[in-house]
Amino acid sequence: MNAFSLYRRMAAASIKAQLRYPGTFALQLIGNFVTTLLSFFGIWSLFQRFGSIAGWDIGAVAVLYGLVNVSFAIAETLGRGFEVFGGEYVKTGSFDRLLLRPRSTLVLLLGHELRLRPIGRFLQGAFVMGAGFWLSPHVSWATVWLLPWAVTGGAAMFLGVLIGQAALCFVTVEGLEVVNVLTYGGVEAGQYPLTMFARWLRRFLTWALPLSAVCYYPALAMLNHPDPLGMPLWFGLLSPGMGFAFLGLMVLCWQRGVAGYVSSGS
Amino acid sequence: MKNAAAIEVHDLRKTYQVRDGGSWRGKTREITALDGISFTVPAGEIAGFIGPNGAGKSTAIKILAGILRPTSGTVRVGNLIPWENRLAHVARIGVVFGQRTQLWWDLSVGEGLALLRDIYSVEPARFLRNRERLADALDLHGIMDQSVRQLSLGQRMRAEIAAALIHDPDVIILDEPTIGLDAPSKLAVRAFVRDLRRERGTTVLLTTHDMHDIEALADRVIVIGHGRILADSPFEALQATTLSERILEADFTGPLPDLLLPEGATETARGSRSVTITFDPQRLPAPVLVAHLSTLPGLGDLRIGRPAIEEIITRFYADHAS
Repeated sequence: MNAFSLYRRMAAASIKAQLRYPGTFALQLIGNFVTTLLSFFGIWSLFQRFGSIAGWDIGAVAVLYGLVNVSFAIAETLGRGFEVFGGEYVKTGSFDRLLLRPRSTLVLLLGHELRLRPIGRFLQGAFVMGAGFWLSPHVSWATVWLLPWAVTGGAAMFLGVLIGQAALCFVTVEGLEVVNVLTYGGVEAGQYPLTMFARWLRRFLTWALPLSAVCYYPALAMLNHPDPLGMPLWFGLLSPGMGFAFLGLMVLCWQRGVAGYVSSGS
Repeated sequence: MKNAAAIEVHDLRKTYQVRDGGSWRGKTREITALDGISFTVPAGEIAGFIGPNGAGKSTAIKILAGILRPTSGTVRVGNLIPWENRLAHVARIGVVFGQRTQLWWDLSVGEGLALLRDIYSVEPARFLRNRERLADALDLHGIMDQSVRQLSLGQRMRAEIAAALIHDPDVIILDEPTIGLDAPSKLAVRAFVRDLRRERGTTVLLTTHDMHDIEALADRVIVIGHGRILADSPFEALQATTLSERILEADFTGPLPDLLLPEGATETARGSRSVTITFDPQRLPAPVLVAHLSTLPGLGDLRIGRPAIEEIITRFYADHAS
């Protein structure tokens, strides 16, 4: 059986396990939907009060918000195994058990769980994003392909963060809370236009953690909104690729981490 | 009979770097877990691998399983170097870690086995045959649909063994397979391993703290201590020497009398009202010793047992030092 079919089998088994208690599952889903939606109401009430902030209206911000949440929800769904890696695998020693299986550790950890709960975040993100497009006057036709390209690039980037976080567990054993700055913090930061941040943070969010490359710039291109910072619009058509580059880099870190684990035994 | 693989280990060394005091600061220190061990287990043999905790057993097992790279030395398991061809190697071995589960807590035993079929790419027909055979031998039919979470320890261990063997491995490594099991489960596991070797010629490396496992299964016993091999001999040879030793504990109702022990028995520990005697039943049969002790005044209770593995190892050390 090839790696992809195996992943599908493991994912199906994980879904079955999650649906074993349907009542609990439904409540979790609703909870996820409501709590993530509440955070949008915070932003919405700001705009309600001030109309627009620094030249951005509510429509553009809703698109940014939706984009980052949808991307993150996909990464959360796929990358649960990496998220819990430190506590459930390294600390308990059960990573050894994965190494005893004749399969790539990446496939086995992706197959750890296909998490359904982030569907709540996904749906509310998609809902807010749809409203944002509806409120925006100059939506480009390129959105048809740019939106899925940006979402997959964003999902790849967040998955990369989760894999990088897991790779760090080879050094620190338990996951570092600090890395959540990049995941949950990234989601928070991605909801606001890049112009609102200090220059060093803008650079960091474009070239180190390519968050703006998968959210801000493609959103500008989709909304035909010129960049106040002067980046040409075509940059947003290409930049989601940086999310995949980031993922690739983190996969390399992961493989080095595994090799290091095998040689040190700890 | 299937052509099983042999295990060859030559001059295997492993040192760990540990840091004293704090994780970042503090001096690094080297700990030698394996200090040059060599042994061979021919195809189809069951070798018992015994030693106290911290002797290097787990390190050796991890290296053999391909999940740890040694500092130096060579290992071949059926012509593969485990840590260099990890994926090919682990596809041919089965490992049971007594204290860790291979199965999925949330899935039933049957679902877990089916997932392992796909992980190991076992053909459907062979899978069904193996599953049937394992379920018969390990009495799993009743628990196939139960989730692993709900199993008792004995049931879980039997399911674990099935999980480790569903892909017909040539070599199996059993790390404390009977730890914590009730007596019937222990017997079932032992009988199963014996049959497996007889029918399939599987090579087995077994670590245990239970001398009964060794007695029931091992053709060969490798004793490891402080990272070195202290003894490597057929089971019968070990049984005739070190393992034959017995320990007798006697409690007295009053103060200890003069023991005047016969030839072949030595006093190894003494309390205010009890005494521990080590004896060799070939030189001094137990009934003779008991009869002798019965003549002493105030004898209350007697217990005869065998020394724990730890004590046997300590004895090996003493023998090697001299």
